[in-house]
Amino acid sequence: MLTRRHLLAAGAATLAAPAIGRAQDTPGVTATEIRIGNTMPYSGPASAYGVIGRSHEAFFKMVNEQGGIAGRKITFITYDDGYSPPKTVEQTRRLVEQDKVAFTFNQLGTAANSAILRYMNQRKVPHIFLSTGADKWGNYQDTPWTIGWQPSYRTEAQIYMKHLLAERPNAKIGLLFQNDDFGKDYVAGVRDILGPRYEQMVRAVSHEATDPTIDSQVVSLQQGGCDVMLTATTPKFAAQAIRRVFDVGWRPAFHYLTNVSISVGTVMEPAGPEKGVGIITSAYLKDPTDPAWDNDPGMKEWRAFMAKYIPNGDMKDGSYPFAFGIAQTLMHVLDKCRGDFSRETIMRQVADIRDFIPATLIPGIKVATSPTNFHPIRQMQLQRWTGSTWQRFGSVIEGANV
Amino acid sequence: MSASKGLPADIAIPESTARVGTPAWQRAVWVVLGIAVAAAPIFVLESFHLFQLTMAVIMALAVLGLNIVTGYNGQISLGHGAFFAVGAYCTAIFMSHYDWSFWATLPISAAVCAALGFAIGFPALRLAGHYLALTTFSLAVAVPQILKHKSIEDWTGGVQGLFLVKPDAPAGLPLSADQWMYVVTVIVAGACFLLVSNLIRSRIGRALMATRDHPTAAEAMGMDIGSLKTRAFAVSAMITGIAGSLSAVAIEFVAPDSFSFGVSISLFVGMVVGGVASVLGSLFGGLFVLFVPNIAEAISKAAPGVIYGVILIAFLFLLPDGFAGLLRRVAARLRR
Repeated sequence: MLTRRHLLAAGAATLAAPAIGRAQDTPGVTATEIRIGNTMPYSGPASAYGVIGRSHEAFFKMVNEQGGIAGRKITFITYDDGYSPPKTVEQTRRLVEQDKVAFTFNQLGTAANSAILRYMNQRKVPHIFLSTGADKWGNYQDTPWTIGWQPSYRTEAQIYMKHLLAERPNAKIGLLFQNDDFGKDYVAGVRDILGPRYEQMVRAVSHEATDPTIDSQVVSLQQGGCDVMLTATTPKFAAQAIRRVFDVGWRPAFHYLTNVSISVGTVMEPAGPEKGVGIITSAYLKDPTDPAWDNDPGMKEWRAFMAKYIPNGDMKDGSYPFAFGIAQTLMHVLDKCRGDFSRETIMRQVADIRDFIPATLIPGIKVATSPTNFHPIRQMQLQRWTGSTWQRFGSVIEGANV
Repeated sequence: MSASKGLPADIAIPESTARVGTPAWQRAVWVVLGIAVAAAPIFVLESFHLFQLTMAVIMALAVLGLNIVTGYNGQISLGHGAFFAVGAYCTAIFMSHYDWSFWATLPISAAVCAALGFAIGFPALRLAGHYLALTTFSLAVAVPQILKHKSIEDWTGGVQGLFLVKPDAPAGLPLSADQWMYVVTVIVAGACFLLVSNLIRSRIGRALMATRDHPTAAEAMGMDIGSLKTRAFAVSAMITGIAGSLSAVAIEFVAPDSFSFGVSISLFVGMVVGGVASVLGSLFGGLFVLFVPNIAEAISKAAPGVIYGVILIAFLFLLPDGFAGLLRRVAARLRR
């Protein structure tokens, strides 16, 4: 008798199963689970960024403990790519084809994401909120399944130029940029704002990542009569530029510096902290070491998360607030999906964020997207080097609509 | 031939006697079996695993290249990642800028890498042992930076790298791009393995090993050590370069970051684990290099490097002469 009852139950289950399967035929999404994929450099030259992936793991653990999303638990699968593009391709294919994730989230590295860009878009797998500041992730026409998160380098340059034009409309700008994707994004941003006046106002010189020094470039900008400088280069050269500008006795009215190269330990101190006084850069995240945020509700929320889920994490490491903000943005998007986690819906919601405010973003900065805006964060606040720390000033500035 | 007298008995002789002793029909059976084993994954594996296997075969081919110069000829090279990169870039440049087919780029990248290897072979004549290892290592460190240089940026795409597209299966063959890529890889790699194993069992192969084991004696027997060494370097670089070409199309993207010096070290690890001076060992080496880091990561996410290190040490401890040595011991026991 028992067997017959079992048979009946099994029959009922098989009848019910296809119905459930049909309702949710997106890979990686079942009635109880949603799978999210990710690659990170846990080993290799960029392994310092691995904490971002660990933060996400802890974050989704928290989400699951609080009941998950639309009745489903999040399974976050993250693999090491060692910062090597071929490995990223392999691990991403593993995520998509073997682990059958619904989408990938916050994969790190410009080259790594470039390597899988076409794969993800051909397969129409959402490839969202990447950890890289290149401008090309905002190309919604050609790569509609890919989107970045942080302000792009181009947006950053636009913000500097907006500030400059307000303060000193007739400046002669010396633009020092590294001759690669990263540096050229700044040139594009400056052009966006200056338009036809670019040729007349800007003197641009480039250097190679392989050059030993940039002394001659600095001197040529000074002799070209520039009274404002914009330095768009990686930390080693930024330190050289700051020191060289000071040592040749050049005192530009404004010296803007890419926020890639503002580390106190690797740029400002090697350059000589007193030589960089007055340099302007930008920020969009709350700095965990800034005492101004001690009583900030958003940072309190982040600290509570850290204390409970990553008790031994370095509270000074800016990668944690970054990861927290980006993971909150993802949860906001998944919330908006209202239980329909098909890939199309996820992408539709990704492109329809209306002024979301993650806890770790500087007040006034909002995450916003639309079907024709794939640059989620387009605002930043300026900050100035005082000789010992970066001090924020002025209001939040928004990049240009291009 | 008398040139093989200076060899350690366990390296070359059992292999050659085994082959000599096999009748033709048995050899044919082995070939058919080999083709069957190589073809089976096309029907068995889904595309991701097939892609992984393709990459493993490519790494095996690169390890084979290294094995010629380091295993058979005794010149330690820690810079084969450079030839791998040059091969990959040759194919990428011709495919993405000039729309050549993959097959047409193959001879070019083979020729360029062979020439480069030949050139590197010359300083190698004067440098031995550790010094040669360091010199080749510096090549591996330099190449990714050279690829970014302004003067060749128009071709190499600088830090952005180059995109290319996998060749499609010829019309009429019901294969997906991944399956066809695997077929292409197996055909190219199979041809290279066959040619190398013939080369190694020939007069030149024995001369290479004699040069490695006792250069003075080899020279006394009339071997031109200089030309042997430079040519070994050329052939070795050529094969690793061909592997690089295959990897460029399999990944469909090349960038300087793809060819850090870690590639050279992986190839070296693959060679030692697979078996120094073994053609078949190179195949195991390629599988090891591709799959063991994934296994290590599956065991521990926190410290995959430590697990990888432990696995590596365990392998060296249990199989001091690599997979190939294990096979030889098993074969020897069976024959008894």
